[in-house]
Amino acid sequence: MAEITAAPSRGAPIVWRLATVRRVVRETDRAVSIDVEVDDWPGHLAGHHVDIRLTAEDGYQAQRSYSIASPPEASRLTLTVERMDDGEVSPYLVDDARDGDEFELRGPIGGHFTWHVDQGGPLLLVGGGSGLVPLMAIVRHRIAQHGTVDTRLLVSTRGPGDVLYRGELMGLADAQGLQIHFTLTRRAPSNWSGWTRRVDAEMLAAVGPSPADSPRVYICGPTAFVERVADLLVDAGHDPARIHAERFGPSGT
Amino acid sequence: MSPITRGFGGRRRPEVDPSRVPPGQYVVNDFPVLSAGPTPRTPLDEWSFEIAGAVDEPVSWSWEQFLALPQETFTIDIHCVTKWSKLGTTWTGVAIDTLLEDVATEADYTLAWADGEYTTNVPLEDLVDGRAWVVHTFEGEPLEPEHGGPARLLVPHLYFWKSAKWVRGLELTLDDTPGFWEEAGYHIRGDPWREQRYWSD
Repeated sequence: MAEITAAPSRGAPIVWRLATVRRVVRETDRAVSIDVEVDDWPGHLAGHHVDIRLTAEDGYQAQRSYSIASPPEASRLTLTVERMDDGEVSPYLVDDARDGDEFELRGPIGGHFTWHVDQGGPLLLVGGGSGLVPLMAIVRHRIAQHGTVDTRLLVSTRGPGDVLYRGELMGLADAQGLQIHFTLTRRAPSNWSGWTRRVDAEMLAAVGPSPADSPRVYICGPTAFVERVADLLVDAGHDPARIHAERFGPSGT
Repeated sequence: MSPITRGFGGRRRPEVDPSRVPPGQYVVNDFPVLSAGPTPRTPLDEWSFEIAGAVDEPVSWSWEQFLALPQETFTIDIHCVTKWSKLGTTWTGVAIDTLLEDVATEADYTLAWADGEYTTNVPLEDLVDGRAWVVHTFEGEPLEPEHGGPARLLVPHLYFWKSAKWVRGLELTLDDTPGFWEEAGYHIRGDPWREQRYWSD
């Protein structure tokens, strides 16, 4: 039996390309955003991720996947990486990577978690911790396209210092049709008047949109977070087929 | 030739047998979860497993009938396309060979389908000769829903997305029909030892 090697047309092949670090921005104590210049990057959609491959001097290699934080409109690709303390790749990227460093990168990967402004909404985006990264690409794409589609973003983190893109999110408070909500599950400042609990049914009902409006839902975060939020939304009457989930386990190192 | 990444040393795992780790993979001790939507929960009294499509006579089993089939317990390594491998995992289930015993077909391919509108294509030859199962027990415990319970396909010699969670049937097909991830750009066959992650690999 012949193996199929001729693939349908899918655009550029997913091959390793040289990526050169052009800027490293510290987002939180545990996370950085790394702008890279990628040779012949074929472009991507908001929500896509990439594989990267690092090579040590003795030839040892390690591969990992990271979400793209930058929208398709950006001139450089931005990856936001959170340090996993027992990880192999993320501690290097968060603590050591600097301008001019090189590694390999390929993509874009993952068609199920993407959104293009033409797909419309309404949108419900729910991010746990660094699960915000691909959702931010969606928000940035919507802004870059001057989109006005009803968009609700719910960000769940342990404390205020764990919120990625905090300044940028604050600056989006007046964006048309975009509502941003935070819940701080472990450490809330004394003057914090927002939610201080794990995402629950009542919170999701308050964030909306209602299941009757059939929002496209994108949930990204640790496995347990995504499981819980997806279950709550299904129980609330959201169509499971409209719920896009991207889980990363403790092994997302 | 890959560029050297300045300052990257990596972290070798001397205790891991490299001959068991396909290229680009790393070994984990936990069991990560990856799926594209909410976890479906089909009650066992509504569960069935069906073999249909290009067959003379479709066959199906209720949960009780499925559990009454000859069961196998075995230990294998699994490899996820997102780079993690888990070595020495023990499962119990029914061999696809057993399920196909009374099925007459001209098909060379299958499309496994599952609750949650998931599909994945697997050549029939990858499912037979003791290389694939429908499993319901992991490490002696009923398979958790987030890991594909009540039952999932298990094709350990291919990347783990081929091992459809919440599997409910096999559609036997004459042609290779891309499933969910295959449509989204992942490799049509997915052999980890040849690092067939994406369509162009």
